[in-house]
Amino acid sequence: MSVFRLLWTSWRFHIKSLTLSWFFVLTTVFMPVLVATIAYYMFQAGQRPGTLFYASLGAAVYGIWSATLFGSGGAIQWQRWQGTLEVVVATPAPFSLILLASTLATSTIGLYSLASTLVWGRLVFGIPLQIDQPLAFVVAVPATILGLGLLGFLFASTFILYRHANALSNMLEWPVLLISGMLVPLALLPAWSHPISWMLATTWGVQAIRQAALGGTPWPDIAMTLALGAVYLVLGVVSLRNFERLARRDATLSLT
Amino acid sequence: MRSSLRVFFVGGLIAYRGLFNWINPAIYIPTMLIGPTFQILFFTYLGRYSNLENDAFFVVGNAIQASAMAGVFSATMAIANERQYQTLSPLLATPASRFAIFMGRSLPVLANGLLVSAWGFLMGALLLHFHPAASTLPGLALTVCVSVFSCTAFGLTLGSIGMRARDVFLTANVAYYLMWLFCGVNVPLAQLPGWMQQIGRLMPLTHGIAAARKIAQGVPLSAVSGLVWTELGIGIAYFTLAFLLVRVFEHQGRRNAALETY
Repeated sequence: MSVFRLLWTSWRFHIKSLTLSWFFVLTTVFMPVLVATIAYYMFQAGQRPGTLFYASLGAAVYGIWSATLFGSGGAIQWQRWQGTLEVVVATPAPFSLILLASTLATSTIGLYSLASTLVWGRLVFGIPLQIDQPLAFVVAVPATILGLGLLGFLFASTFILYRHANALSNMLEWPVLLISGMLVPLALLPAWSHPISWMLATTWGVQAIRQAALGGTPWPDIAMTLALGAVYLVLGVVSLRNFERLARRDATLSLT
Repeated sequence: MRSSLRVFFVGGLIAYRGLFNWINPAIYIPTMLIGPTFQILFFTYLGRYSNLENDAFFVVGNAIQASAMAGVFSATMAIANERQYQTLSPLLATPASRFAIFMGRSLPVLANGLLVSAWGFLMGALLLHFHPAASTLPGLALTVCVSVFSCTAFGLTLGSIGMRARDVFLTANVAYYLMWLFCGVNVPLAQLPGWMQQIGRLMPLTHGIAAARKIAQGVPLSAVSGLVWTELGIGIAYFTLAFLLVRVFEHQGRRNAALETY
C-alpha cells in the first residue's frame, strides 16, 4: 500500500510540476505537431494522402517518446542541479520508486502530444478521427505510455553516473524515432536494424495504437509493449541499484 | 583600427571560450554531430517513404539546416548569455568598438556552423551515397558558407532581442525547428501554402538551400547566383537589424538602468 501511495503521490507531484513548465508543455505539444505537419505536407506532395492518419498517430507517439526522453534525461540531472539528489537518495523510500514515478509522469505528459497532434490534424488538415477498435485504442494508449515510461526509467537508471545525461538523451531522440517505425515503416529500414527495433517498446506501442485505430490485431502488440515494459523495470531496478551503490561508494552522486 | 581588429579576433575568441566553457566532447559530439546525422537519416527515409524527392534533396537541405544548431542557438547565446551571466554591463562599459565586439562573436559561431554542415554532408556521402560531382564542390562550399552566414546573422538578431526579452531561448527553439518547415528543408517551398512561402522567403537558408540543391545536380554557380546573392542579402539585412537592436537596447538599458534586469 505504501508503495502505491508513494508512486501515486510522486507521479501526481511530477505531473503538476511539469505542467507548470511552459517550456516543457510547449515543446511537448509543439514538436510532434511540427513533425506531423512536415509529414502531412510530404505525404500530400508525394501523393500519399491515405497515410495522413498514419502520420498523425506516429507523430503522437513520437511526442510521448520525446517527453519521456527529455524527462528521463533530466530526472537525475535536475535534482543534481537543485542539490536535492543526495537528500532524495538518503530517504528510506527506495530511490527506484521515486525515479519510476518521475519517468512515468513525463511519459504521461505525452498525452498532451497525442491530443494536440490528433486535434491539429483534424482541424487544420481535415484528417478524420475514426478509431476502428475504440476499446483496444483506449487500452493501447496507456499501455504505450507505461511501456515508454519504463523505457525512460531504464535510461534514467543508467544516467546516474553520467554527467551529461541531457546531451545523451537529446541524441537518442532521432535514432529511436527512425528505427521504431513511428513515421517510416520498418520494412524500409535496413534488416540489421530490425532486431534493435523489436527490443524497443516504442515499436510495439506505435503498432498497437495504429492497429487499434486503423484496423488490425492490436492485442499482441499491446502485450509485447507491456512485456517489454516489465523487462525494462527489472533491468532498470538492477541497474539503478548497481549505479547507486557505485555513486555512494565513490561519493560521486552530485558529480561536482 | 588595430585595437578594433584585436577586439574582433582575440576578444571574439575569448568571449566564445568564456560563454561556451561548458562545451566539451561529451556534449558536443552527441548534440552537434550525432543528432544532426540521425536528423538527415530520418528525413531521407521519410522522403523515400513519401515518394517526394530523391535522397540528395534531403541530404542537402538537412546538412545545411543542421548548421542552424550553431547558427541559431550559439549566436543567440553569444549575445543573450552576457546578460544571463551578468557580464553585459562591464562589457558595455568598455570603450571598445561595438561593431568589432559584435562581429568577433559571430566568427567562431560561423566556423562551428560550417563544421556541423560539413559533417552532415560527409555523413550523407558515407551513409546515403550522396556523391556530387567534384566540379560542383567549390560552388556548393560557397553556397553553404553564405547560408551559414545568414543563419548566424538570424541567430544574432534573436540574441539581440535577448538583451531585452525575458526568455529568448524559447523563441530560439521555436525558430530553429520552424526552419524545417518554412525554409524548404524537407518540403519544396512550392508545395507549401502561399503565406508559408512568403515567410520562407524572408527566412535565412531558404535561398541557399535551393541554390545548393541545384549546384549538387550539376547546375553551374553562375546560373544560381541570384539565389546566392539573395541569401547573402538576407544575411546582411539580419546582421544590420541585429546590430541596430544591440545599439537600441544598449541605449535603453543605460537610460533605464535596466541592462541586466529581468
